[in-house]
Amino acid sequence: MKVSIYRYNPETDKKPYMQDYDVDVPADKDLMVLDVLNLVKEQDVSVSYRRSCREGVCGSDGLNINGKNGLGCVTPLSEVKGGREKLIVRPLPGLPVIRDLVVDMGVFYKQYEKIKPYLINNTPAPAIERLQSPEDREKLDGLYECILCACCSTSCPSFWWNPERFVGPAGLLQAYRFLADSRDTAQEERLANLDDPFSVFRCRGIMNCVSVCPKGLNPTKAIGHIRSMLLANAT
Amino acid sequence: MVKSITNLSRSGVSDWLVQRVSAVLLALYTLFMLGVFWATPDMTYELWRQLFSTFWVKIFTLVTLLALVGHIWVGMWTVATDYLKNAWVRFLVLCAVAVTAFVYLVAGVAAVWGV
Repeated sequence: MKVSIYRYNPETDKKPYMQDYDVDVPADKDLMVLDVLNLVKEQDVSVSYRRSCREGVCGSDGLNINGKNGLGCVTPLSEVKGGREKLIVRPLPGLPVIRDLVVDMGVFYKQYEKIKPYLINNTPAPAIERLQSPEDREKLDGLYECILCACCSTSCPSFWWNPERFVGPAGLLQAYRFLADSRDTAQEERLANLDDPFSVFRCRGIMNCVSVCPKGLNPTKAIGHIRSMLLANAT
Repeated sequence: MVKSITNLSRSGVSDWLVQRVSAVLLALYTLFMLGVFWATPDMTYELWRQLFSTFWVKIFTLVTLLALVGHIWVGMWTVATDYLKNAWVRFLVLCAVAVTAFVYLVAGVAAVWGV
């Protein structure tokens, strides 16, 4: 099987290029893209990429696979090849490339930090824990599962054009996760921090984020909820 | 919170509301005009003048003109801040958009209230 990989080493290469490899893939197995990358690495140890848990939990191996973002470790070849001869692997788009498939996620984390991704509650803490009803807990389903792999934000044109200003789908999903938490008391402050023309409203609702999320989450829906909250909160 | 000094209302939610409400008004006016053309296949200058001399048509047209100007500014500001990364180029393009929208408004008001 032919595999084409984006290569770039800033110390030796003037510009990035695609390098082709021939990989022997067992016919009776449906390998994951990460397995194929590991086979490539056996041929060429200089190929760089991130990976850790290899089961879709850590979010390290977000890649652009045959044009669509996804996690290498949970994306089977049968799903991405779709009749194509070649497997084409590139780094996540829109972020600076450090080397080969490894990107600098600094701006992504900066946006995540901006939404204060932790519970804020200034009331005295109870003896054991802050209780939450099962109904209130249910509101966090579909939000807390995000693994911050950046597949969604780096597939979003609004994030490509304004990565310093638009929070991006991953950050906004987490913003809503805390806005929807019955134990959080900083709702007004959180909403005030989002009411500018960029942070939330740069989303044009094209739903690339939904189509690529490896965990099946829906950031567009969460962004819609934030918009409604901002509208309801406005005077 | 991101600071912006050139968007319509300084607030994201207000701009968003202006864009949505103005879009509905523009759609209603488009349907109204299509309805007029459908109901009067033999449109003449006299009929056209009579239509726009009606007080409520003037009001509806003026509201739609204001909606158009708001819609132009929010939309073009968004496009400019997405694609024009040089601040001076963006400023000049937005100035040109502002002047154009203002001319539309003045010319539109003069045309509608001149009837």
